[in-house]
Amino acid sequence: MATTGIRGQARQDAIAGWLFVAPALAILGIFLVVPILFAAYYSFTDWNGISPPTEARLIGLRNYYDLLLSGGIKQQDFFKALKNTTYFALGVVPLQTGAALVLAVIVNQRGLRFKDFFRTAYYFPSITSSIAISLIFLFLYQKSGLVNYVLEVITFGRWEPIAWLADARGLFHILLEPLGITLRTGPEFLRAKVAGLTLWDWISGPSVALTAIMLQNSWTTTGTMMVIFLAALQDIPSFVYEAAQIDGANNWQIFWKITLPLLRPTLFFVITLGLIGTYQVFDQIYVMTSGGPAKTTLTMAYIVYRNGFRNSEMGLGLATAVLLFAIIFLLTMLQRRITEAREG
Amino acid sequence: MTISHAPPRGRSRPLSTVLWDRTRLVLSYAILFGLALAFFYPFTLAVTTSFKPLPEIAANPVKLLPDQWTLEGYRRMVGLNVDRWLFNSAFVAVCITLGNVILASLAGYALSRVPFPGREALFLAILGTMMIPGIVLLIPRFILFKLLGMIDTYQGLIVPGLVTSFGIFLMKQFFESIPVELEEAAFMDGASRFQIYWNVVLPLTRPAVIALTIFSFQGSWNDFMGPLIVISTNQDLYTLPLGLAFLRGGIGQNLQWNAILAGSMLTTLPMALIFLFFQRYFIEGISYAGLKG
Repeated sequence: MATTGIRGQARQDAIAGWLFVAPALAILGIFLVVPILFAAYYSFTDWNGISPPTEARLIGLRNYYDLLLSGGIKQQDFFKALKNTTYFALGVVPLQTGAALVLAVIVNQRGLRFKDFFRTAYYFPSITSSIAISLIFLFLYQKSGLVNYVLEVITFGRWEPIAWLADARGLFHILLEPLGITLRTGPEFLRAKVAGLTLWDWISGPSVALTAIMLQNSWTTTGTMMVIFLAALQDIPSFVYEAAQIDGANNWQIFWKITLPLLRPTLFFVITLGLIGTYQVFDQIYVMTSGGPAKTTLTMAYIVYRNGFRNSEMGLGLATAVLLFAIIFLLTMLQRRITEAREG
Repeated sequence: MTISHAPPRGRSRPLSTVLWDRTRLVLSYAILFGLALAFFYPFTLAVTTSFKPLPEIAANPVKLLPDQWTLEGYRRMVGLNVDRWLFNSAFVAVCITLGNVILASLAGYALSRVPFPGREALFLAILGTMMIPGIVLLIPRFILFKLLGMIDTYQGLIVPGLVTSFGIFLMKQFFESIPVELEEAAFMDGASRFQIYWNVVLPLTRPAVIALTIFSFQGSWNDFMGPLIVISTNQDLYTLPLGLAFLRGGIGQNLQWNAILAGSMLTTLPMALIFLFFQRYFIEGISYAGLKG
């Protein structure tokens, strides 16, 4: 093609630019943008997933009402899932972020050997299929399995083996029991209902089964987070530490006053990844518990699937998904606010 | 880091500091090796258990080495068509990886180097789609697949994954770190945009291409939610994770642990091998993504 000065070049670039992005754009448009529009529209319908989608009837805000206000089982399940997922995130995000940060700092010490080995060992679970890991842990969490065995050994036989994934008792309930507080003996207000669940139910904490999955999840993701922290740590120039040491700062002060503030953007990234991931926990639940026992591992992502595919209420499932989207969005924004406020 | 080699203002370090440094190092190794064991042991036990006969597993699921080695679990997996699932997983992952490398690098190049109208807005829009949680797409994609007749097809497994916003973002960031002078020389020689992309820039981005290859392959190989909604009745199209979940069956079912763990190992092994050979790139890739994100 003959180029005629600047103008010809600009036109050629416009054509080339759009041609280069066109294939990617087509795929993202069809499989990302169109589905989002579908989600918004079909969440107002009664589509069951079996009849042709074109035959779905618009039913207004019915699905949202069922989930948020109806007082029925759909509302109960929604808030149970919200409660479980929130406990899940509140447990897993600090655990994996904290553990990853501590590990990264330890591995990054000067004079420490086998750095590459540790990095490889910790990262390994992150490359493994979540389904394969879930099946392995299903095996380890049996009553006669490895987890109970190890606990028995380190407590010199005092640990009573439990069926981890079949145990619906809430952790906080277990802690409250020795204090003489149960649903029967506790103060009256614990029996008050908030959004379909009793207050006693809300403060249950994660069930033993959910805790087991939380630990497994942290076990899987800590390695990724550690590698990210380690890269950021190695990005901090050594003269920063040297200057602090000349000024007489000890290791503890160096960590809190220098390392941590310099890691803030990485910390934000890791926590965001953690929140987005934990609020969508699905694979593990699907394979290990299907939401049981007693619905204590029902998560937001899992009820999206269950409402839609198992119960053939796609409209309801989509409304659940839209609400989950809103929750994740708000959390990310809130977290950004907090991080920025601290910096400001 | 060389902090300790220059003790502040020439004072020799007090004994207590030296002792503390020693103790700290020993403690560190204890923690690190202990955790490494906690990460490796479950896999090791899963491997050896996959070679045990069922009664032995039921009698003692904790013992590491089998009394009697058997291929029973693996034979059962073969009987279930695991070779077909393996092929499907590999085929889908290879297609998706190729698609990502080509489409994301093309788009990334244009977004970083070719001045075309609407470029900034387009890039922002692509960044925006990275915010969409995957679970939100679960049901709407099912609707789309139904309308397009893609349920129970390879197209359904492959086409949606051919490019990701993350891949485009990664490639664009990388292209921007390459000095523009290299291209200008080729430009003066009258090379077209595509020639510059293909002959000059792409060869320079080998590390990014390898990182993207690994991310895409791993993402596809381990993906569960995607195949779960595309494949409804045709078990010949199962990928490994889907096959494994099917094998697990319902809650409370009596599980054939040797077969289940054999399947888990067959799913893990290919990724593990790739990881061992290309570790450096995995680590670099995830670090890079972390620093840029």
